[in-house]
Amino acid sequence: MPKKYETPLLDELEKGPFPSFVTEIKKAAAKSSMAGDELGQLEKSYRDRRGYWKHGGIVGVRGYGSGVIGRYSSLPEEFPEVANFHTVRINSPSAFFYTSDSLRQMCDIWDKYGSGLTNMHGSTGDIILLGTTTDKLEPIFAEFSSRGWDLGGSGSALRTPSCCVGPARCEWANIDTLDLTYNLTQEFQDEMHRPAFPYKFKFKVAGCAVDCIASIARADCSIIGTWRGKIAVNQAEVANYAKSGMNIQSEIVDMCPTKCMSYDGKELKIKDEDCSRCMHCIAKMTKALKPTGEKGATILMGSKAPFVIGATLSWVIVPFIKLEPPYDEFKDLVRKMWEFWDEHGKNRERIGELIIRRGMREFLEFIGVDPVPQQVKEPRRDPFFFWKEEDFQK
Amino acid sequence: MDLPQRRTDIGPPHYKDFLPPVIQKNYGDWKHHEVLSGGVMVHVGNSGDKVWSVRVASPRLLSTDTIREMADIAQKYCGGYLRFTTRNNVEFLVSDEKNLGPLQDELKAKKYMIGGIGPRISNIVHTQGWIHCHSAATDASGLVKALMDDFADYFTTKTLPNKVRLAVACCTNMCGAVHCSDIAIVAIHRKVPKIDHDKVKNMCEVPSTIAACPTGAISPDPGKKSVKINDDKCMYCGNCFTVCPPLEIHDPEFDGVAIVAGGKVGSLRSDPKFSKLVVPFIKNNPPRWPEVIEAVDKILNAYAKDAIKHERVGEWIERIGWEKFFKVTGLPFTFQHIDDFVIARETFRTSPAFKW
Repeated sequence: MPKKYETPLLDELEKGPFPSFVTEIKKAAAKSSMAGDELGQLEKSYRDRRGYWKHGGIVGVRGYGSGVIGRYSSLPEEFPEVANFHTVRINSPSAFFYTSDSLRQMCDIWDKYGSGLTNMHGSTGDIILLGTTTDKLEPIFAEFSSRGWDLGGSGSALRTPSCCVGPARCEWANIDTLDLTYNLTQEFQDEMHRPAFPYKFKFKVAGCAVDCIASIARADCSIIGTWRGKIAVNQAEVANYAKSGMNIQSEIVDMCPTKCMSYDGKELKIKDEDCSRCMHCIAKMTKALKPTGEKGATILMGSKAPFVIGATLSWVIVPFIKLEPPYDEFKDLVRKMWEFWDEHGKNRERIGELIIRRGMREFLEFIGVDPVPQQVKEPRRDPFFFWKEEDFQK
Repeated sequence: MDLPQRRTDIGPPHYKDFLPPVIQKNYGDWKHHEVLSGGVMVHVGNSGDKVWSVRVASPRLLSTDTIREMADIAQKYCGGYLRFTTRNNVEFLVSDEKNLGPLQDELKAKKYMIGGIGPRISNIVHTQGWIHCHSAATDASGLVKALMDDFADYFTTKTLPNKVRLAVACCTNMCGAVHCSDIAIVAIHRKVPKIDHDKVKNMCEVPSTIAACPTGAISPDPGKKSVKINDDKCMYCGNCFTVCPPLEIHDPEFDGVAIVAGGKVGSLRSDPKFSKLVVPFIKNNPPRWPEVIEAVDKILNAYAKDAIKHERVGEWIERIGWEKFFKVTGLPFTFQHIDDFVIARETFRTSPAFKW
């Protein structure tokens, strides 16, 4: 029987309308003594206002350098069942679609070998199995991999790529985000499972500039769908939106950042050459407006959380690229990016930090991309810049 | 124990195996969608086919019992198909309209919160916190629970000028896109790490520990075969602790959270934005962090009252100006709000045109 703990502080968090994580831990603790000690230690954290976990130590499965993260209680005598409480990352399917059977299968394995606690999903997008011991790792891996599942990335490796719902259930997807995510994951299994990069590397694939996967804020390589044609206007549907109460002048025309639209009460006109494809009008009038023409993506790089130089948003490297299977042009580009990073990157230096340190020119020349105005918000303000011998020949 | 034969480098299962038939049929051929209520939307294909999505809140931390319950509900009403969103909501995918009512009835009976679609508060993206993280300066799940209990109506029914994306990070490492959220809580330390020199000697690599510091505050201490920290330069980010655990950064007396606001990731109307500091520090007050709720309430209420339809929090703040933001929210402006890190000079006001 799992040990019972008094948890007056956590019990408070079982009240209220939002589903309670405490209830979840208690459900798991009814079956698992590990989840029981997790609950006990967490109550102590709430009392003492600090965490009691340690990380580090190399744990994993044979032949893999990633996918498992070692976690240990710093109070192993008080909470022996969580002395070892490792995380297993399982690579999620594109856009997080599941069948009931696949979820049950996962739950059966996890109840047998772990705490019964999960995250659906972790921040990067893996299925997180929260809490098991070192001796259970090989059995867990055998059970999952024999049923068609594999581990995700961790450490200085390619992390599990993830994407928005894309063409599976969205009319705005300019690229097949699910297929590209699956294809990249399959192509780069070695880069994911055997860490050989200076630091982590993340791909996130969004179908349009709405960016439901937050690609631009949290991916070393952000892939964001866009198009190069006109916006087709269905004037009858425009009239329906107006009839149903939408103020097309103030909600659509006035909010267009490029002022490329006009509306005379009957007809919505778009000066397509001035449109920046921000998605505001399309998102608000999805029945009336449709992108047409060539579909592809913008490739941006470098976004990450604040460590070490402050937070960054990804910036444009390639303004437009066609992305269709087998995605060879894009994969070649990625391999060149990694080669640059491999050559110049320092330990624990993200590729974006490296590009800033060495300069965009060196990076763009290395990967073979020409300078274009779409890569900058504005040209430089200072007169201090480098010339190379070949610039004089131009 | 007999184990099945392991396989390596097979990658995830193919997504097509998990797509409901209506989605397989209309894949890449959707015409439009409509939000029918706070938690229900319908997508219509060019074929005329429809798929309804019913979204419910999830604490992200799920027991296998709850996942099985969700699987059973999906089996009963959705042919066994469901998905999770980027923000950890669960979406039940209905292809037969007559199941829509009974599905929602059962979800309500089982106390699921239906909502999160449209100009509302969706699930809060958050990190691991005291549940499982070594560097957490607060508990993410507890803060999320307390915030979402308070804002439950904005998840289920009530609307705002636009969607409001909340996030919680339990340290400045910020697993997740916390730094570009409408309103985010980020936990911070405020004291210089305490060095356990004996352990540094055995556990840490000195050069990578030095390189981990963004401000160059760490230097070698050859006499002790350890490192020393220049207190004046340290801004308590805790990156060194992750690289070298004997640099103890936790201090329950001084750890707590900051609040940042005005970020977004979409490019609609205006470029993606970082969130900016609005409250430099609130002490950890578990289990419900009432002071944090109160501060977020102030921001949300001012936004709900003042913003123009479709404006995100950051767009609203840019329009009214930061001086007015601090006035209408009543939040105090302090030295901590003025940047002194790498992009400081970009943030100083270079115009005499502002409001009083």
